Amino acid sequence: MCLAIPGKIVKINDSHAQVDFGEGVLREVNITLVETRVGDYVLVHAGYAIQVLDEKEALETLNLWNEILRSETENG
Amino acid sequence: MDEKRRFRNPDLARRIAEKISKLAPREKPVKICHVCGTHEWTITHFGIRNLLPQTVEVIAGPGCPVCIVPASEIDEAVKIAEKGITVTCFGDMLRVPGSTMSLLDAKANGADVRVVYSAGDAVKMAEKSPDREFVFFAIGFETTAPSTAVEILGNLPRNLSFLVSHRVIPPAMKLLAEMRDLNLNGFIAPGHVSTVIGLVPYEVFPQDYGLPTVVAGFEPLDVLFGVYAILKQIHEGRPRLENEYSRVVRREGNVKAQKLMKQVFSMADGKWRGLGTIASSKLALREEYAVYDAHTRHGVCIAEGVDSHSGCMCHLIIIGKSKPNECPLFLKACRPEKPVGACMVGIEGTCRIWAKTINRQSHVL
Repeated sequence: MCLAIPGKIVKINDSHAQVDFGEGVLREVNITLVETRVGDYVLVHAGYAIQVLDEKEALETLNLWNEILRSETENG
Repeated sequence: MDEKRRFRNPDLARRIAEKISKLAPREKPVKICHVCGTHEWTITHFGIRNLLPQTVEVIAGPGCPVCIVPASEIDEAVKIAEKGITVTCFGDMLRVPGSTMSLLDAKANGADVRVVYSAGDAVKMAEKSPDREFVFFAIGFETTAPSTAVEILGNLPRNLSFLVSHRVIPPAMKLLAEMRDLNLNGFIAPGHVSTVIGLVPYEVFPQDYGLPTVVAGFEPLDVLFGVYAILKQIHEGRPRLENEYSRVVRREGNVKAQKLMKQVFSMADGKWRGLGTIASSKLALREEYAVYDAHTRHGVCIAEGVDSHSGCMCHLIIIGKSKPNECPLFLKACRPEKPVGACMVGIEGTCRIWAKTINRQSHVL
């Protein structure tokens, strides 16, 4: 139930959007709860987009983890 | 965005696991609790417990939204269905046991019970059959409640009402934090609930209970890093709130979703299966939307139900006090294809997840 799946917005029609979940899966999703545009990745839960994914933050998270692991290795 | 590839990197996972081993206490074990069925799925499916040292235990709290719905509320849905009203619900709600029967049992007896994918589908279904009366059984945590609010604020057909059973997570976490015999040392906070509620509701856990709390995502690296961050906080003796899932969780959460929820629902005390009544943990329809309340429209109100069946340990498994394999019914009388307890029904139920991925749990079982 709290399972949420990321997908890419391919077309917007008022309060609904076509979302591409990959591997050929396209579904209509309600986007009332988020500010979004075509090309954004959204987190979809039970037919509703609940948040927009931040690509930059995703990369920064990984960079941060690598940095933490590296710096702590260097510090013993 | 190739999230799977990035956040399932085995090399990075190995390095985080090494760090966890170095930070793990030598003697006094650390107990970390998560409160989301999807976290349990990630931990079990990817065998994360096998990567953790013996002194670091991760337990599953009440994170399965169908498992915590009390029998009395399922009894209400069954009673409504038996009146000849069409009840729509999410698929994994269908088989959750009520006091004497589930909605699936009611359907087998001839009631009209239908599965929907979303609250919006329930509205569309009701619109297609204006001569029938429909009730949507609205369950779920803060991830799902905003979608019910969206539909209630939209153009609803007259033949649809809502049996609202939504619950909110922070009061249940507070209950766990206050359970002395549970002896928790930290929380992995639920990533998707947090996309909606933000970070502020968790501040109380490090501040008032001294519990390190880390909001984590659902890929294996997310969970491993969550465990690492909690151990690091314990090691430093500085409990705080951290957001590991910043790619979707913002400090303020989803403000629009919060606003719509507040507009439609008020807070009420609510029963949780296995946990009893938790103050201010249930969302109830506000007075101005009472016309959509299935209780009043169909004259149904059941206060007490039978939550636990003989031998079933769901009430202990839901709060992480017991493990599924400690239940005498697990994979014997209670199996995914024929569940006895709610934890074996929901796709996010701890027993069901363990039963479906038992081979990966070799050292735990």
